[in-house]
Amino acid sequence: MNNLAGAKPKDIARRRGQTDDLVFYGSSVRLHWPRFLRTLQGIAGLVVLVFVVGVALIGPLVAPHSLSAIVGLPGNGPGPAAPLGYDFLGRDVLSRVLDGGRPVLVLSTVPIAFTYLIGITVGMVAGLSRSLVDPVLMRVVDVFIVFPPLLLLLLLIVGAGTGAGVLMVGLVLVLFPGVARLVRTATLEASTTGYVEAAVARGESMFSLMRREILPNITAPILADLGVRFSAAVIFAAGVNFLGLGSSPPAANWGLMISENREIINTNPWSVVVPALLLAMLTISVNMLGDAYVRSLGRSSASR
Amino acid sequence: MISELAEHTAVKLGGLRVRLRTGELIVEDVDVELAPGEILGLVGETGSGKTTTALALLGYSADGVEISGGELEIGGTSMRMDRSMRSLRGAVISYIPQDPSRALNPSLRIGDAIRDLVKAHGRGRDDDGLVQRVLERVGLPGTDDFGRRYPHQLSGGQQQRVMIAAALVCEPAVVVLDEPTTGLDVVTQAKLLDELVRLRDAEQISMVYVTHDLAVVAQIADRIAVMYAGRIVEQGGAAVVLRRPRHPYTRGLLASIPDHARPRVLEPMPGIAVGVGGWPTGCSFEPRCPQRSDRCASEMPPLGDVADQHAVRCFNWQQTPAVTTIPLGAFELQGGTERIKVLEVEGLRAEYRSRREIVVAASDISFHVERGECVALVGESGSGKTTIARAIAGLHPVAGGRILLDSVELPSLVRRRSVDQRRRVQLVFQNPAAALNPRHTVFEAVARPVQLLRGLERRAIPQEVTRLLECVRLPSSLAPRYPSELSGGERQRVAIARALAAEPDVILCDEITSALDVSVQAAVLKLLTDLRADLGLSLLLITHDLGVVATIAAQVLVLEGGVICERGRTAEVLRSPQHPYTQRLLESAPSVAEAVERWEADDQDFAGSAPHGR
Repeated sequence: MNNLAGAKPKDIARRRGQTDDLVFYGSSVRLHWPRFLRTLQGIAGLVVLVFVVGVALIGPLVAPHSLSAIVGLPGNGPGPAAPLGYDFLGRDVLSRVLDGGRPVLVLSTVPIAFTYLIGITVGMVAGLSRSLVDPVLMRVVDVFIVFPPLLLLLLLIVGAGTGAGVLMVGLVLVLFPGVARLVRTATLEASTTGYVEAAVARGESMFSLMRREILPNITAPILADLGVRFSAAVIFAAGVNFLGLGSSPPAANWGLMISENREIINTNPWSVVVPALLLAMLTISVNMLGDAYVRSLGRSSASR
Repeated sequence: MISELAEHTAVKLGGLRVRLRTGELIVEDVDVELAPGEILGLVGETGSGKTTTALALLGYSADGVEISGGELEIGGTSMRMDRSMRSLRGAVISYIPQDPSRALNPSLRIGDAIRDLVKAHGRGRDDDGLVQRVLERVGLPGTDDFGRRYPHQLSGGQQQRVMIAAALVCEPAVVVLDEPTTGLDVVTQAKLLDELVRLRDAEQISMVYVTHDLAVVAQIADRIAVMYAGRIVEQGGAAVVLRRPRHPYTRGLLASIPDHARPRVLEPMPGIAVGVGGWPTGCSFEPRCPQRSDRCASEMPPLGDVADQHAVRCFNWQQTPAVTTIPLGAFELQGGTERIKVLEVEGLRAEYRSRREIVVAASDISFHVERGECVALVGESGSGKTTIARAIAGLHPVAGGRILLDSVELPSLVRRRSVDQRRRVQLVFQNPAAALNPRHTVFEAVARPVQLLRGLERRAIPQEVTRLLECVRLPSSLAPRYPSELSGGERQRVAIARALAAEPDVILCDEITSALDVSVQAAVLKLLTDLRADLGLSLLLITHDLGVVATIAAQVLVLEGGVICERGRTAEVLRSPQHPYTQRLLESAPSVAEAVERWEADDQDFAGSAPHGR
């Protein structure tokens, strides 16, 4: 009996060594990144995203012309000096495309960063509090949800005028309620698990609970959501620019270019197609990355 | 008995081999034979391949898994184990999955769900009488009204009966049941097992009963096949295998089962089960085997007959010792080492409040735990036992009564408790998978309470973590691992180490072994007993398993509907329960020892031989 029951920990450890790489134990969460980037979807998304971001960042450095210089006849098609032709004022479309990416990126990534900062904080505090804080915070969030996004932004513009800053604040107000709700739900779910209860029982502070116990475990739904929400930001920003309420001329911006050049679409389609294509590539690639990530989660959680 | 009389087989599965699409074998060389009206218990622990084998009987394999060899005959007709069996599933051989609440479509009335199955097999038209008859066959009311209910309007036991009705409606010759009673409480389980035996007797249906629970198998199976690492290691009549197991693994399993009828010292098996892809070259059990010889490491023993109707996959089966029954020693049964009340609960009341109503989860709960004592709180799901533990831990508000630690009243909420009070009461959770933060390493998990509650110097922490891991018999090499890299038993040990890290006076153990395999459970229970002896720990053990109670608790409180209905010394309560609820629980709880005694009594009646054993 004793030789069965009394195996030394060292023996067990040695034996365990032989059976270490069990398939059904799955792998740790940390492996998601490389795994999802190894799929076709992940690789394609990454390549396209790097290309678009590259155009936006390096473009202004290599643009052949000034973005406001009139170098040809308005609406003329491609020629040797202008591979993408001329826009509705006779400016070089290629130069404007190369210049117009940076504001698009700034107008989407900066509000997205603030959206998640606010959304995650509000959502986690609401999800963790067992007091009136939760309903109060969530009703405030609901106030922003009931406004149609465009109406909210127009109200803001009426009050504070146009400009990139106002547009960004508007974007944050439109986008953060969704994030806050998502994070609150994920937090509620995580807060019933044993490890969070154990942390509460040993008296961890609210901040420590959020940072140590909950945030690391809700990154999956947040990252999965990021793809969709980023596209929404890009499209919304482009839409506002299309309406002429965002960056003001002569600044270039892919969204604005589509709007400016729609009258010359017959004579020089490139002036609309190229910025539209780049916007599409940006949103689609981010979505593909998000999607690949979500899929990799599904697979690994099945094997765990 | 029935198997020996039968002239033809109902099911014959030979040389089954199932593998992952990536190539690793999951099941190898499995032969299963079943006579009409026979119940075969297919027993194994997590990852042994028992469910895979059961599904292969229906020609089905899960995604990413393929049946790559074997021959199947049902009722004398040979089958191809692939999609071509679709039309036969449910009609000739049917399957009953583990969790009926997930297997039944929640948006279909149960009568319609059963009728759909009849239509799918083109049996008869919309015949209401058929549905009613099949509901009556499984002991449910065959009224129209009942057939019009939705699954959520039924209890768990009724849902499982509906699943059985659906499985029987097309009159299959064979039914495969995959852990059909695992999610049910013992009273419901006992009724369902009786029902299955009655169906078998009345209608000669053959059953394959897949389970991890040898005690359940002892109640209903005619024959048993024990699986380990994808192979059958022992097969034979239930009475033969359970009374005198010849494979060291079967013996180990039997020695690991806590038995409420005949409490005894458990003998945990060393090591952990090998998983898919980790099979050693020789016998899969060789690394854990106490009676291995040289050839075991290089050669897989065949499944050889050791007696009539009894086959064992072991070279040294003759050396397998009988399962000894060492009764519990004085220590296990005694109360506290010193008669000091560490934890006292007086008139505790706990509620769940919502806007509309107040649900009382527990009321008028009074008990105490002495230093070094183990007190068990027994009850079925919904009896309020977990709420009581949470209230003591400060995670659930106390609606009335007091909780005292060393005669000092504890504030209701954890935030109001002092660091020292928080340190001295620790809670270990039911589900080891959720008890550890998946993003923290073992080291971080164990070090945190040391730092927070004991304020140990940073430099001293690594050494302390190593010591704590040793306490729970884990190697320190596990410290940098994440919970997903650990087995269930290892995770639960880490959770216990985390509780020990606070140097507590009392540990509240909430069903800490119910999610573990029996062999792992035995090791964890032994660990708790050792810790109690070494550290003078007091334990409050919350469980539904009377076997576990009998094995380690000195005092027991039986809870029903949030109220203590019986209390006393464990041995006395189990021997002569007074309250009808306790009596019902005890009658329903399956026990291997009782089954063995029954068989031995039968033998005496038949042969008139001298009594042996107890």
